[in-house]
Amino acid sequence: MIHPIPSGTRDVLPDETREVRAITDTLRGSFERRGYGEIYTPALEYESVLSRADMADAHPAYRVFDEAGAVLVLRSDMTVPIARVVATRYPTSEPPLRFCYFAHCYRGVRPQRAQPRELLQAGIELIGAPAPEGTAEALTVLCDALLATGLHDFRIGLGDASLFPALMASLGVPEELRAELLAALALRDFVRLGELLAAAGLPPDARAMLLDLPQRRGGAGVLTDLPGPAEQAVMGLVAVHGLLAPDAAERVIFDLGLIRNIGYYTGAVFEVYDPALGAPIGGGGRYDELLGRYGRSLPAVGFALGVDRLHHALAGEERGTGALLERSYGGGLSASGVGFASSEPAP
Amino acid sequence: MSESGGLTIAVPRGALFDGTVELLGALGIDTEELRANDRKLLFEDIGVITMRPTDVPTYVEAGAADLGVTGKDVLLEQTAQHPGESGREVYELLDLGYGRCTMVLASKAGPDPAQEALRRLGVMRVATKYPRIAARHLEQTGRQGEIVEVKGSVELAPLTGIVEAIVDLTATGTTLRENNLVIREEILDVTARLIANPVSHKLKAARIDEFAGRLRALPVPGG
Repeated sequence: MIHPIPSGTRDVLPDETREVRAITDTLRGSFERRGYGEIYTPALEYESVLSRADMADAHPAYRVFDEAGAVLVLRSDMTVPIARVVATRYPTSEPPLRFCYFAHCYRGVRPQRAQPRELLQAGIELIGAPAPEGTAEALTVLCDALLATGLHDFRIGLGDASLFPALMASLGVPEELRAELLAALALRDFVRLGELLAAAGLPPDARAMLLDLPQRRGGAGVLTDLPGPAEQAVMGLVAVHGLLAPDAAERVIFDLGLIRNIGYYTGAVFEVYDPALGAPIGGGGRYDELLGRYGRSLPAVGFALGVDRLHHALAGEERGTGALLERSYGGGLSASGVGFASSEPAP
Repeated sequence: MSESGGLTIAVPRGALFDGTVELLGALGIDTEELRANDRKLLFEDIGVITMRPTDVPTYVEAGAADLGVTGKDVLLEQTAQHPGESGREVYELLDLGYGRCTMVLASKAGPDPAQEALRRLGVMRVATKYPRIAARHLEQTGRQGEIVEVKGSVELAPLTGIVEAIVDLTATGTTLRENNLVIREEILDVTARLIANPVSHKLKAARIDEFAGRLRALPVPGG
């Protein structure tokens, strides 16, 4: 008999579980060594509590009523529940607080797209450590944990969520246009971004700046000749970069167009890329205003890795046939190129 | 290394093929075999893979190609149009200018059957290969519609009476005219676009920027 399960959910059988467990055990050990204690929180939470946070694209998608008629939701990430935990269970503790988690989160999906409805995330939250030191610590923990799992070729895109909004404000972009430009950037539709800017009647240099800046990514070279309003955010990124050990610093790609589609990020944001996978493995950033919404105003930073994506990337690197490895379909020019040869030289 | 700079490019077979091959040729890529062999799918020497235009976002999203060329119609159908909507995750880098077509709403000549259906039945039935674009257009114009998705000749649907209108792409309007259909509304113009895999866009930034820059420097095809 075949009994179905909802699309986007999976049974994980022993062979796979063993491999996933090896990854999560390694990550856990790495996080714990850095002082990040593991916590569990309920998968079900009150909607009224979680909705204090601005989740933008990642709002909880599943709602049920409890026996008293209150609306419960399945959590869509762990950052917001941990913000609740900090305000509720650690109201007077001396910061910084360090937590790690391995938890299933739940997202809405579009049918037929093979998107996960339930995804296992591994991550940390560092509460009460401001930029740039806190951000640098989170990136260091991230790099160490990924290296411990045996991932070789990953790079970290580093940007700032406040950069583009600050640039728009300083260039006098009309309020109603700002949301549209930000939406085009969030969709990574640079053609639409260009069209909107061309139609807006902005001065040519402002237009060029708003189109050029979010497409700049690469080594420290992309940080030169910056317009004044972008400088503050970029100084922050340079400061973070400067605090990283060389082996972490060389993995950083500055990305001035990087924005994450979750609303609570306020400053530095980052994503993890590996040439063996066509999509980011995870990401995170600063959320300095989220804790305040729960009544304990503390600057914070964290990241979440998609454990399945990490597993796929590790398997891809092992086979040497990852999606973006040079000529991955075999035989060709540099099929042997697992290693930094498969991405661009470190900045 | 090839003239594509070590990048893999997804090239669409079909209406956009000639324009795309011409473009690659203008960049100094040897396209002779690509032109000559329409069965072959993988051209490793020049870093090209070929496929149907609707498959281009699939391969680019998965990272099988770093870059791809496909129509804006395909992107409107397959990618998110608002943050929060789900869709294929690819970066749209350039409007390549060629392959210009118009997405239209058309119905049988004479008194508009779609208008009559809306007035009397409160809903118009629309056949299309582009269900998301059609649904979005009806929603944006405040009309209720029932979308009938078809894979083949859309023109057949209104002629057999299963729908009152179609939403389809037209370059010259010839097929519509031949089937006694008239354009009632122009929804939007579409052209070929250059798209990129999100991870390639970061890890191969310099090569992708160089490639896009060379494309941008070419004269715009078709004026």
